[in-house]
Amino acid sequence: MAVNDSLAALSDSAFTASIVTYSVGVVGFAGEYAFGRRGRVARTSSEQTTVVDGGSNRTDTATVTTSGPGQRLGVVGLACTVLGAGLQIVSLVLRGVATDRVPWGNMFEFASGVVLVTVLSFLWLVWQAPRLRHVGVFVLIPVVFVLVYAGLKLYADAAPLVAALRSYWLVIHVAAAIIATGVFMLSFVVTVLYLVRQRYERGVIEAGSMPRPVAALGPRLPAAAVLDRLSYRTVAFAFPIWTFAVIAGAIWAESAWGRFWGWDPKETWALIAWLVYAGYLHARATAGWKGVKAARINLLGFFAMTFNFLIVNMVVSGLHSYSGLT
Amino acid sequence: MTDTVARLSTAPDPVEPLRRSAGPIVVVRRWWRLLTSMRTALVLLFLLAVAAVPGSLLPQRSLNQSRVSAYYAEHPDLAPILDRLSMFDVFSSPWFAAIYLLLFVSLIGCVVPRTRMHFRAVRQPPPPVPSRLERLPQSATFERDLSPAAVADAATAALRRGRWRVVRRRVGGTVELSAEKGYLREIGNLAFHGALVALLAGLAVGKLNGYEGSILVEEGSGFCNSFQQYDTYRNGPFAGAGDLTPLCADLDRFSTEYEDNLIPARFLAELTYTREIGGPASTYPLEVNSPLRTDGVRLYLTGHGYSPRFTVTYPDGSELTDISAPFLPEEQTTLASTGALKLPDRPGAGAEDPQLAIEGFFVPTAANLGDNRLVSVDPRPLNPAVAIVVYQGSIGLDSGAPQNVFRLDQRQIDRGVLERVAAGNLLAGQSLELPDGTEIRFEGYKQWAALQLSHDPGQLTVLIASVVMLLGLLCSLVVRRRRLWLRCRPADPAAGGAATSRTVVDVGGLSRADSGSFDAEFAALVKKLVADSPGRN
Repeated sequence: MAVNDSLAALSDSAFTASIVTYSVGVVGFAGEYAFGRRGRVARTSSEQTTVVDGGSNRTDTATVTTSGPGQRLGVVGLACTVLGAGLQIVSLVLRGVATDRVPWGNMFEFASGVVLVTVLSFLWLVWQAPRLRHVGVFVLIPVVFVLVYAGLKLYADAAPLVAALRSYWLVIHVAAAIIATGVFMLSFVVTVLYLVRQRYERGVIEAGSMPRPVAALGPRLPAAAVLDRLSYRTVAFAFPIWTFAVIAGAIWAESAWGRFWGWDPKETWALIAWLVYAGYLHARATAGWKGVKAARINLLGFFAMTFNFLIVNMVVSGLHSYSGLT
Repeated sequence: MTDTVARLSTAPDPVEPLRRSAGPIVVVRRWWRLLTSMRTALVLLFLLAVAAVPGSLLPQRSLNQSRVSAYYAEHPDLAPILDRLSMFDVFSSPWFAAIYLLLFVSLIGCVVPRTRMHFRAVRQPPPPVPSRLERLPQSATFERDLSPAAVADAATAALRRGRWRVVRRRVGGTVELSAEKGYLREIGNLAFHGALVALLAGLAVGKLNGYEGSILVEEGSGFCNSFQQYDTYRNGPFAGAGDLTPLCADLDRFSTEYEDNLIPARFLAELTYTREIGGPASTYPLEVNSPLRTDGVRLYLTGHGYSPRFTVTYPDGSELTDISAPFLPEEQTTLASTGALKLPDRPGAGAEDPQLAIEGFFVPTAANLGDNRLVSVDPRPLNPAVAIVVYQGSIGLDSGAPQNVFRLDQRQIDRGVLERVAAGNLLAGQSLELPDGTEIRFEGYKQWAALQLSHDPGQLTVLIASVVMLLGLLCSLVVRRRRLWLRCRPADPAAGGAATSRTVVDVGGLSRADSGSFDAEFAALVKKLVADSPGRN
């Protein structure tokens, strides 16, 4: 099967355009974050902490009431996010058409897919709770970073798959891995924000001291309890998908490599990440591990995911040598 | 809120603090409680994750023995120490096993009592209505122009339609309803953990009773499933040679398709196999990702390569025709391969006659570089060629020491008993003449396939356990356990619950805070209850 070079080139252009669009989005969201008046968002969220700690289920129903340049920039940021996601979809679809296969056959395509899932799940969150829009800057910065890294370091020409990858399990197993990784990435971002906000709430609201450099970002973030619950829900969503990805991988390995589990480094790290996220879910229900400790486990889980993707593919040798890098 | 109300989970109580003096049974019980506590389980979970790390970063014997040897050569001081710590066999090491066995004991110790508790909880009616419903996280009040009993009837019917479990209690003129839903959460949770144990059992059964063997088979030849025939094999302690499925397979033809950029698109090993000695033969197109599955064994295609073919004509006119040996690919992209042929027996030769051995380099598509070096430019056999070095003398096969089939024994050459007599590059059809008049003709090639036969009786258990695990996990994350209470009391207590009196309905709801907001569901439920009660006002 010959690769359609002009479509592949078009796909690359759409990829580049998506980076540019997301970057404009970063500027928009950052503007909203910086210039938006300290409206009801922050005030209600800080008031809310006490309510939530009291065991209530009530969620913050306040809407963003800031207006003026801040809000307009936020809308620009959101529009750029939507447009960037659209361009990324175009880029991946074109790659798929150009090579006549699913567009997740090497590290470059995988990374692009993961970021797309992160952005789409963020957009879904904003759809559900518009007040979360202004944290978009913290989602888009890692998104741009990952895309630039993928474009520079992981790029692989549009090419057909080697025989070993020509299986419908590629569609199932890798798609599940991409979705889980993308949502874990969003959970990672939310958890970092939680830790910042937590530090702010401890330092500023409770102790009344001046915000430290990190905690200075805190006032405009949603309440720690909201972020904590959000990071739990994203993991609770992604964890079964990751479990499925590992099981599907084992089923594929059984028909491709002669055994369903062989402690290949990729398999091992998939299990390590699974164990860490399982630990996170348990920790959140265990006295003495809730809150900051559990959040750190969540960060550790995404570290394991990243290690599995980058280091295991590029440094450690194993059976999953499909990076497309030479 | 009473205790029964607050407890929606069957999680075990926290570990009680240790007292100083205690009898041995108490001590054992304390240690047991400590082991089965969630904190210990968490620590073991992380320990298992950490313990797996060296197994992924250091070379492992189970994956690649030669990398372990290379590591030994590179770090002669460190390697033996690491080896003593089982660092090259992490996943079969005692300390790794200790961690996961402790984790599973802890898990069983946690799951069994929880199962008992949940079984009891399922059989117990939902707890009575708490005295102050307005203190619950969710509460509402509405009024109806009906007797408390009639309102309760309507509400019971509506809740049961929504698959709530409802219990009705009467306190004087007041009718109270306790409803509960979402038992599947804990059932899923228990199923998930139970399935984990089943998965481990399946793994153990497979390891103990399973086996696998690998063999290189040239086109036109075959093998039967027996340990003697395999190049390498591994068997569990309970898998004896007598238990092997009597499968025999011949490789009729091997072919490869390539993309324009020489990426392999398809490997095909056309097999003829029988499931019993002398039984009917069937054919199977063996491909990567599509093993032959029959009678509990699976046959895989795991590699391929070329075997150069030669004809040797000795000075006395005797011939060895169609001799070949599999050569191992040095480069996967061009399939340039190396190997050796050892010809200890020549027709009608005496014991003192020199033996013949050939060491060679095979290229499927030779490119002419002009300086007598052979280079492969294509994995397809478009212009096959070999560079061979021919030796005469004693190969050393009868010494009893095992030899690498892909190489000549260098010691025999160093000792001078195996002498280099000729060398040359040959295209298909060309021949090389040795000083004694022997002629070696390069006839072309055969392809070989690396086949692997595996048997793992625990596999199905592991698959079913994984599916149950996933379903249990989904239930435990998606389903919420929640309770709903209704107190239908007469608006005017003095009326004593007469048929036409007016009823005030207090509703309260409780759910686990973590899993999504119950408030939307509660609001919808109250709306439904209001709508469903007859006699709306």
